[in-house]
Amino acid sequence: MKDQALVQMALYAALVAALGLIPPVPFVTGIPITAQTLGVMLAGVMLGPWRGFLSMLLFAGVVALGAPLLSGGRGGLGVFASPTAGFIIGFPVAALVAGYVARLLQRQSILIAAGVGAFVGGILVLYVFGILGFKLVTGSEWLRSVQVMAVYVPGDTIKVVLTALVAQAVYKGLPGAVATRQA
Amino acid sequence: MMTLYVHRQSWLHRQPAGLKLLVLMATSIALYALTSLWTAGAALIAVILAYRSLGSAGWSYLWVVKPLLPMFILIFVVQTWSQSVSAAVLMLLRMLTLIWLANLVTLTTRMDAMMDAVMPLLAPLRRVGVAPHRIAFTVALFVRFVPVLMAVLNSLLEAWKSRGGGRAVWRLAIPMLINAIRMSDHVAQALAARGGVRSPETPVSMVQPQ
Repeated sequence: MKDQALVQMALYAALVAALGLIPPVPFVTGIPITAQTLGVMLAGVMLGPWRGFLSMLLFAGVVALGAPLLSGGRGGLGVFASPTAGFIIGFPVAALVAGYVARLLQRQSILIAAGVGAFVGGILVLYVFGILGFKLVTGSEWLRSVQVMAVYVPGDTIKVVLTALVAQAVYKGLPGAVATRQA
Repeated sequence: MMTLYVHRQSWLHRQPAGLKLLVLMATSIALYALTSLWTAGAALIAVILAYRSLGSAGWSYLWVVKPLLPMFILIFVVQTWSQSVSAAVLMLLRMLTLIWLANLVTLTTRMDAMMDAVMPLLAPLRRVGVAPHRIAFTVALFVRFVPVLMAVLNSLLEAWKSRGGGRAVWRLAIPMLINAIRMSDHVAQALAARGGVRSPETPVSMVQPQ
């Protein structure tokens, strides 16, 4: 792997951390949403599947080492024992799938490719991990776990739209920065 | 340096990182074998008492679970409703024990010690062409990028406010990302100009220009 790829992976991992700085906005459902998954979706769409995966693995790994980089200043090993552990563990796979889908759709407009990629990776895949983690940590039933996690879906839908808009705008400004558009 | 580590001289600080990680892993498995409220409660009290070794303010670190409180209440209610009160209490006891114990490892272990403990596990990656020193470089760069990007975001937010602000603050994500990508390109060029990521074993004079 080239040196430039290492720098890019470090950058997107740091982007997810910086997005955690934006104070969580209590959304309609009353559950605060954070901007961090926006960074996960962007990492997949912008870096492509493999680099996106490694970049989010780097983020999750450094959080595990004790860096307080999750929204609200959370971090350390305790995070991986909490009910939302599945989401953090799912970050790398979510970026991988988002990048893969966006690359599959590169003949479509970037708005559609990035949007669908972010939806499949950042919502479908990430929620499988999130719900599985919640179920394992709390021992709840499937249906209960799905119900509890469903409160986050509206906020994440907004982030899918944002990912598509941001990817489109960045593609206009810096076409070379969107790895899923060059085969 | 941004880390949750707390610098103290306690017996927990003196234990090797690898040992603490092993104990944590073993506890996480053992906790699920505990089915009585008494033993699970005793485990929780033992962990709480261990925080005391961080000094007189040790118990204040227990507040780390504060952001999780609404979720705990929700889980408790759902669990009581679908199973029983004792099942809900047992689950909360286990969860708190594990979160606090894991956090205790984080509080008492330096980040570099933690990394040294994990590095041997990454050694097999060398076979697929990933050298450990390149991983270490990427981690260091990531840790350095975080405050830089936070500063970029803050300056964009302030510029946004001084221009009157407004609700469409999400638009800042675009200049933010473009700024960040430009910066990473510069870093990559600077790195290439200096001969790339070097293995610690390679002396400077041996580096071939690319």
